[in-house]
Amino acid sequence: MDYKMFLIKYAEIGTKGKNRYYFEETMCKRMRAKLKSLGDFEVRREYGRIFVEAFSDYDFDDVVEALSTIFGIVGICPVKVVSDTSYESISKAVVEYIDETYKDKDFTFKVNARRNDKSYPKSSMELNCDLGADLLSAFPEMKVDVHNPDVLINAEIRNVFYVYSKTIPGPGGLPVGTNGKGMALLSGGIDSPVAAYMIAKRGVEIEAVYFHAPPYTSERAKQKVIDLGKLVSKYAGQIKLHIVNFTDVQLAIYDNCPHDELTIIMKRVMYKMAQEIALKEECQCIITGESIGQVSSQTSQSLMVIDQAADKLPVFRPCIGMDKQEIIDISEKINTYETSILPYEDCCTTFVAKHPVTRPKLEVIEKSEENLKGKIEELYKIAMETIEVVYCR
Amino acid sequence: MEAYFDNAATTAVYPQVKDLVVKLMEEDYGNPSSLHMKGVDAENYIKKAKNQIAKVLKCQEKEIVFTSGGTESNNMAIIGSALAHRRKGKHIITSTIEHASVLATMEFLEKEGYEISYVNVDEEGKVNLNELKSLLREDTILVSIMYVNNEIGSIQPIKEISDIIKSYNESIIFHVDAIQAFGKLSFSPKKLGVDLMSVSGHKIHGPKGSGFLFIKEKTLIRPIIYGGGQQQAMRSGTENVPAIAGLGLATELIYDKHDERVSYITYLRDSFVSKVLEFDNVFSNTKAAPHIASISFVGIRSEVMLHALEDRGIYVSSGSACSSNKPHISGVLTSIGLDKDRLESTLRFSFCESNTMEQVEYAISVIGELLPMLRRYTRKK
Repeated sequence: MDYKMFLIKYAEIGTKGKNRYYFEETMCKRMRAKLKSLGDFEVRREYGRIFVEAFSDYDFDDVVEALSTIFGIVGICPVKVVSDTSYESISKAVVEYIDETYKDKDFTFKVNARRNDKSYPKSSMELNCDLGADLLSAFPEMKVDVHNPDVLINAEIRNVFYVYSKTIPGPGGLPVGTNGKGMALLSGGIDSPVAAYMIAKRGVEIEAVYFHAPPYTSERAKQKVIDLGKLVSKYAGQIKLHIVNFTDVQLAIYDNCPHDELTIIMKRVMYKMAQEIALKEECQCIITGESIGQVSSQTSQSLMVIDQAADKLPVFRPCIGMDKQEIIDISEKINTYETSILPYEDCCTTFVAKHPVTRPKLEVIEKSEENLKGKIEELYKIAMETIEVVYCR
Repeated sequence: MEAYFDNAATTAVYPQVKDLVVKLMEEDYGNPSSLHMKGVDAENYIKKAKNQIAKVLKCQEKEIVFTSGGTESNNMAIIGSALAHRRKGKHIITSTIEHASVLATMEFLEKEGYEISYVNVDEEGKVNLNELKSLLREDTILVSIMYVNNEIGSIQPIKEISDIIKSYNESIIFHVDAIQAFGKLSFSPKKLGVDLMSVSGHKIHGPKGSGFLFIKEKTLIRPIIYGGGQQQAMRSGTENVPAIAGLGLATELIYDKHDERVSYITYLRDSFVSKVLEFDNVFSNTKAAPHIASISFVGIRSEVMLHALEDRGIYVSSGSACSSNKPHISGVLTSIGLDKDRLESTLRFSFCESNTMEQVEYAISVIGELLPMLRRYTRKK
């Protein structure tokens, strides 16, 4: 069937009071940008609702897929539109719509008619009854259930006539850009892209930082992170990815600190760098994919010690209470899993000790870090000055 | 300086081959099956390529079937033989050090009900002939052994293997994966007693997507690709004429003054190996083939060394490039009995005629710089 129009349902935006306009407009902008390459569409806000109307041919699946990546949308309803609003015309439209939309007609239904033209010859109640009767005579297998119908058929008369009954679920959340900006640490693993996705879902614009350690990590590992950034950008919009050459800093830590504390100290330096970049880019938070107890550097004690390194910004860890499988489920849903599991080594695992500390003490770690004084500052500065920026989109 | 030492993975196309391929794409783009002149021209290019190859292999032109490359040739040989002779038996023998395009095809046949025996190799990477003898059975239909190993360069005694097989049973098909041998050794499948032989174009400065399977006259195999009946219905699909013509020309060029080319490559390889062995804790697993050096830099993971070399413009492989995207310990290196320290620190340097002694010296000096640096930072135990 050709749907000329989609009705876009959104939930949480509706509760934003005076900011509602801003949230809706941000979402509409993202929709327009996404739909641009798919055909000639108009996205408009009307009577407190958002409609997408097509003025050209388009591929239904492509459009639904594009809309399904826009946070804020909870439902996408394909709408049949007819311009003749006479009763004969709308009755025919409803019967056709049901015939084409539902192959198996053994279900209960209810018609929910609305009209904004009060001079229309039939009232809403009459429309409900008459359209219901027409459907029953066309499809005797259908049954009416006004309390708990399987299918709620929405029929609306405005300057044109709309009928719709199906809702394709959207991703939910809030439109990206309505809740500031965050700096995500991307490692190339499964968790960090999921974390970035989850925070983006709450309306936060995403930038990202990746720590590259050639020759210990390969160009392909870096490319993999760029690819993951691109996959997340499908939902989060363009992601500015900051690639830090971390090798010399990492080797300095290796040379001067106890080996079993290497990962913890390295991550503390990464947090410091990420925070510095985040502040420069006007982000309000750091985002990581950590989950309690997943690896030695993610025990409560380790997280506490690492967390102290970011002293100016909060660290958001949306995966913190999730099991690995739950994280994998999301990564499969957002299509990052296949890329994440490509086997390229990341810099955290390059020199990892056989038995890294699992219960580090802040004082001990800080004492070990004393050894870096006078040795790491210049390398840190060079790393920050030689950041490569890639835009993932 | 740049030094491409990954010629066993793929080679740069000869300039003359490139020009020919471009000409066929731009001007002589006909379909060899077309009845008009453009079709006839295209067909003539294929005939010429067959002639160029047949001359080198001392075989008949009709014994050449063009494919999309080494993998397809190996698949066609193995699956084609298995299908054609399954009534006679379902037993196949291969070696433990074959390329993935042979091993994975064998696994496929195993799932289809065939029984596969794997003959082991000695520390020189050569097939154990006594073991091979003992594996031969009444229901053996095919033996598939590679000529030159792609990771260490060991050369199998193909003639001896053929004699063993054929004296046991004349009708067992003998397939040889000659992908790393073609262009490096001079041989004729007939003299070697080979029934099927796979060759790839891009290892000999020909185009990617080109290759052929030599099928000895009267050897019965079933096609694995069906369609318009091209190439005597052995391999349907419009012939990739530019690639085929390029492969023919590359064959002619690489076998022109062949001995000189090979001794030059051998000289580069041997110089490299003898110089690199002067460093401490560096070992060579290099075997007979002229173009391959397999070197273990103990204490440095092969990927780290590879990327450090890459950073200085030197391109090499860890394992074989075809399987490098799945890091695993090499089956070949395990098969020749290397210990773990050497397994995880081995790189393959593979040479071609356009490499120079300056490049070899450059690589040696870079390795000399890198070794102490990289060995300082290792995963502590």
